[in-house]
Amino acid sequence: MDIATLQAYGFFFFTAFLVAILYGYIYHLYSSQKKGKRDYEKYGNLALNDDINDPLVEEKSRDL
Amino acid sequence: MENRPLEYDYTVAKLFMYNAIFVGLAGMLAGVVLAWQMAFPQFNYVLGMDLAEYTNFGRLRAIHTDSVIYGFVLSAIWSTWYYVGQRVLKVSMAESKFLMFIGKAHFWIYIAASLIIVVSMQLGITSSKEYSEFEWPIDAGIVILWVLWGISIFGLIGIRREKALYISIWYYIATFLAVAMLHIFNNAEIPTYFLTGGIGNWYHSVSMYAGTNDALVQWWFGHNAVAFVLTTPIVAMSYYFLPKESGQAVYSYKLSLLAFWGLMFVYLWAGGHHLLFSTVPDWMQTMGSVFSVVLILPSWGSAINMMLTMKGEWQQVASSPLIKFMVMASTFYMFSTLEGPIQAIKSVNALAHFTDWIVGHVHDGALGWVGFMVIAALYHMAPRMFKREIYSKSLMTTQFWIQTLGVILYFTSMWIAGITQGMMWRAHDEFGNLAYSFIDTVTVLHPYYTIRAIGGTLYLVGMAMFAYNMYKTMTSSRVVEESELQNATPMGA
Repeated sequence: MDIATLQAYGFFFFTAFLVAILYGYIYHLYSSQKKGKRDYEKYGNLALNDDINDPLVEEKSRDL
Repeated sequence: MENRPLEYDYTVAKLFMYNAIFVGLAGMLAGVVLAWQMAFPQFNYVLGMDLAEYTNFGRLRAIHTDSVIYGFVLSAIWSTWYYVGQRVLKVSMAESKFLMFIGKAHFWIYIAASLIIVVSMQLGITSSKEYSEFEWPIDAGIVILWVLWGISIFGLIGIRREKALYISIWYYIATFLAVAMLHIFNNAEIPTYFLTGGIGNWYHSVSMYAGTNDALVQWWFGHNAVAFVLTTPIVAMSYYFLPKESGQAVYSYKLSLLAFWGLMFVYLWAGGHHLLFSTVPDWMQTMGSVFSVVLILPSWGSAINMMLTMKGEWQQVASSPLIKFMVMASTFYMFSTLEGPIQAIKSVNALAHFTDWIVGHVHDGALGWVGFMVIAALYHMAPRMFKREIYSKSLMTTQFWIQTLGVILYFTSMWIAGITQGMMWRAHDEFGNLAYSFIDTVTVLHPYYTIRAIGGTLYLVGMAMFAYNMYKTMTSSRVVEESELQNATPMGA
């Protein structure tokens, strides 16, 4: 197999790999939300409740 | 000592805001002069023949581009960073003397660098790289400036109270990291004086790359300067200011994350479209085209998210000029991120390359999307920084319509001019002889160049109204209570 053919296969599989990662990420976001593991939408409140005295959306843990 | 409740400290954000307004006016004035020069060449010596060296198109062009991009927009980005950063991380600059010192040093070194840049550009000292014209001593200074901003970003993140970083923070971080990388690689240069043992000026340099490689690095930089100075930080602004002003949380936080990673991955590969039909390898040109088209998806991911954030609240577009600015900005974002990929398709590019259509595209993005979003962000922040309402709502509304008309005149005239140019350049008879000479196109384009200059002038008039409204807001507008500053910005008649 010459180098150009190898490059073409490499390109195809790399693209397929990236597409799989992208769809995997979409699946991860939506399934985590659905299963109740993580509520991503609550982070939208970071912009709305942003007064310094507003309750924290998610407190930074002390041991971090 | 008096025990005062903790408040956000906008000292540094205010400094950058003043600079954004001032440089915005100056940079756009330069742009308008250039536009009139294109239509009427006698404007090249508008201040007389003795000063023509400083007022001609060649000198002013870099002053215009660099001052609107790195003066107006970058100052606004930093003003919003020092505002939004504190608020979404729920930490005050007043809590860290160190970060306050870094913030002020960031501002004053930036001002010093800006002054040196203006002088060096006016003297014609340039490395001749578009949007990266500065010689090596200035490039080195910019590194220091950027590191200070980095300390500021990660320092504030380090002392935050909120665990999660809001989506806007991700975009600011992307801006910081990407521009650091772009700046260093594109400005890799050799100071000739030191290498040659004293030939030429000490500040002169040549690029580390040669020929096509230099062009490739330049446009990898150039296009990503658009991505990471004129797009990601503006998206950061829209994710914060539109939800905050409208009182609606972003429509889909998950979509914002997805669009972020999509944009990060795709944008970096699209710069090759600036070099279509040049000497760079064909596969690289094709890749630039393909990635440019794919770029529609993450761009529209953010823009649609903005539009859907307004779901059920569209009456606010009618009632608030500030929301008008932001919705129009998102609309222009959708529009120019569709137009750009179309221009990057090889067959379209064969017509569009080097024509005024490209200039039109840049300006519907820069004036309609970036300019409007920045103006909205500054309008939103001013009452919260100065505890005064916006001086005049009607002035803001008038400004909006004048500037919208300006942008429309600008890009429509450039569409017609660009496509006319492209068609005339390649028209030929049956023997392959070119049908027109260059001067024929110049004659035909004159009316469109005049319309463009009028459009630009209208936008500048709007900027002057903006500056006046902001000045009055800062100094003599009605004082407001904290309770009036929750969502919709308070405005006087």
